[in-house]
Amino acid sequence: MDDKRQQDPQVQPENLLLTAQGLSKAFGGIQAVNNAEIHVPEGQIVGLIGPNGAGKTTLFNLLCNFIAPDHGRIIFNGRPIERLQPHKIALQGMIRTFQVARVLSRLSVLENMLLAAPNQTGEKLHNTFFQAHIIRRQEKELKEKAHVILESVGLAAKAKDYAGALSGGQRKLLEMARGLMADPKLMLLDEPAAGVNPTLIQQICGHVERWNDNGITFLIIEHNMDVIMSLCDRVWVLAEGQNLAVGTPAEIQSNKEVLEAYLGQ
Amino acid sequence: MEVGYFVSLALFTTIYALFSLGLNLQWGYTGLINFGHIAFMTIGAYTTIALTLPNFVKEMPQRLMEQYPVIESQAWLASILKGLGDILPEQVPIVIAVMIGAGLAALLGLAIGTSTLRLREDYLSIVTIGVSEVVRLVAVNEEWLTRGPRGVFNYPLPLAKLQPNLFIKGVMIASLVLVLGLALWRLWQWLLQQPQREGHAPLSPALFVGYVICLIGVAICWWLSFSLSLTIEMPSYLQELVLLMMRLAMAAPLAIVGVVLVYASCRQTVQQLRAQPFNTHLSLLTVTMGMGLVVMFFGALIMGLGFEIKLLGIHIIGSSEYTYKAGLLWLLILTVAVIFWQLERWVNSPWGRVLTSIREDEEVAKALGKDVFRYKLQSFMLGGAIAGIAGSFYAWQLTFINPDGFIPLLTFQAWIIIVAGGAGNNVGTLLGAGIFWAYNEVTRFILPNILPLDDARLGAFRVMVIGLMLIILMMWRPQGLLGKKEELTLGR
Repeated sequence: MDDKRQQDPQVQPENLLLTAQGLSKAFGGIQAVNNAEIHVPEGQIVGLIGPNGAGKTTLFNLLCNFIAPDHGRIIFNGRPIERLQPHKIALQGMIRTFQVARVLSRLSVLENMLLAAPNQTGEKLHNTFFQAHIIRRQEKELKEKAHVILESVGLAAKAKDYAGALSGGQRKLLEMARGLMADPKLMLLDEPAAGVNPTLIQQICGHVERWNDNGITFLIIEHNMDVIMSLCDRVWVLAEGQNLAVGTPAEIQSNKEVLEAYLGQ
Repeated sequence: MEVGYFVSLALFTTIYALFSLGLNLQWGYTGLINFGHIAFMTIGAYTTIALTLPNFVKEMPQRLMEQYPVIESQAWLASILKGLGDILPEQVPIVIAVMIGAGLAALLGLAIGTSTLRLREDYLSIVTIGVSEVVRLVAVNEEWLTRGPRGVFNYPLPLAKLQPNLFIKGVMIASLVLVLGLALWRLWQWLLQQPQREGHAPLSPALFVGYVICLIGVAICWWLSFSLSLTIEMPSYLQELVLLMMRLAMAAPLAIVGVVLVYASCRQTVQQLRAQPFNTHLSLLTVTMGMGLVVMFFGALIMGLGFEIKLLGIHIIGSSEYTYKAGLLWLLILTVAVIFWQLERWVNSPWGRVLTSIREDEEVAKALGKDVFRYKLQSFMLGGAIAGIAGSFYAWQLTFINPDGFIPLLTFQAWIIIVAGGAGNNVGTLLGAGIFWAYNEVTRFILPNILPLDDARLGAFRVMVIGLMLIILMMWRPQGLLGKKEELTLGR
């Protein structure tokens, strides 16, 4: 791992937001992720690509501890997190989205947004007795914040609709906007452009860039190479659960091994 | 029809409503499938009466040794038990006993929850069925603990020795009127918004007033017509049928007056009536009937508390005697009102939002930093505690309990109530309970006179009709009476 980091002078150890080393996970006899590593420098947009079945989503699940890794070490924001429960990892500032957008159908769009805010006073049952005024104030503030975010992604008009009534693309937007409500340091986007029309892909890329400018780091799984090329500072390639290559998008595009992995041996 | 009968009916309905509110928190809001809700009620009921019955707990170690003589051969165990018998209190105040009962029910929830809530939800449903049967069988077999099938009776009842004077009666009645007023106000608010929520033109109060007038008309006629009697000799079922017809004939004119009033009250109303879809009328009718039932229950209760109306020396309604059950109902209604209000606050708070998010997709809740397991546990325990409190009232209402009163059927009756009323809706749960018991009582008294069947067959027939009604309900309104239709069409 060290030699890779030395190859890239702009990545200093102190500004790595997320590092994962030696991650492995086997499902029965299938080694889904095998001794993989990934480094995400703070403030960058990092891509994660690989052919279908390469273990990208599993790697995401390992990073968030949605699936417990067999081996490996994950350090997020200077702290080891591989043994933390998933919700605690989320509270540390690492928010994920899902490959197929998952919205809470029978909650309104606004409620979906409000839910995401971390550490709300009213989430604790005992606080509902004596902290009613604080809860009310927080709700008001959160609603304002949610409206600003919804406005920026163009969902403000849908705030009162059921999230389940949104189209596929709108769900993707909502999921990202909802993640933003959680004040993340790092957002893991699992195929944000999958099944989305080209115009909306452009919009999503614009949002990601804007949020990145505001200081949020991104790790993105994506098959759409245009998205990867336009957004990412660095790209990691995974194949058959192992690291295949890492570099700038341009380097990756000309990498023979990567092309082979994608096109078949 | 006596006041006492209505009080009993209202007691059962309200106990079922409370019991179902607990399940609604677990299933309707959090999505936890609990098929063993009765276990919580059993624990609540037995704990309360065991703690309040003089010397019942104190003699438990003694009875344990009598039932299992093998213990006495273990000297150390026997001495511990004897010591325990000396320490245990003779009796616990009734309020504390209820709290301990609710606490133990919550502890059962904790025990079930910690072992199964991390698993997939279908495991929970299987485990809860098992646990509820285990609890019942323990109650049947461990006679030292529960006196088994012989049952427990003569336990203290709350407010049983109360001899209310005029002031206390006044306070009781005033508190009930307050609760009733708040409940009706809430219903009113809800009702006015209902068509809008379903995407139709808003409702004017006039329309509703018309419905209420209709209902009051029907109710008064029905009430008055009970004084009718037939002098001609005929078979009893025919007699009942004729009486039914006569009552309907009496009730019809006022109902017609009500309808005319609705149409005459203002032109706008007529237009509104046409603009409203059929469903709005049905829900209006249901809610009006629900309100009528509520008013009737409260009326009966107020009379049961010893309130009467006399006009020019003629006794019109009510009786001057305070009955124990009316006092119990008063207590129960206040309890339910407080629990209902608190539940509504909870489910509408950020805490409740997390619960519904878990119901929708717990992975999302987890990904957004919510401790899903903890919330599930809280919901499960809280629902259990509420069922425990319902259990205390259940025991007081029956004044005799044995394990036969805690069969799994009760769990499924609570499920019927929730499904019929609309899951994830506390008002719907109350309404469901009202309808369930109204149906139960109406068929119990009217069917035997109309259908020439024996008791066993009638019982089976009534259950069949419940099933049929549920099927019709699920076809016509799968979201339940107060559920939201659009929620059904939403994809994941």
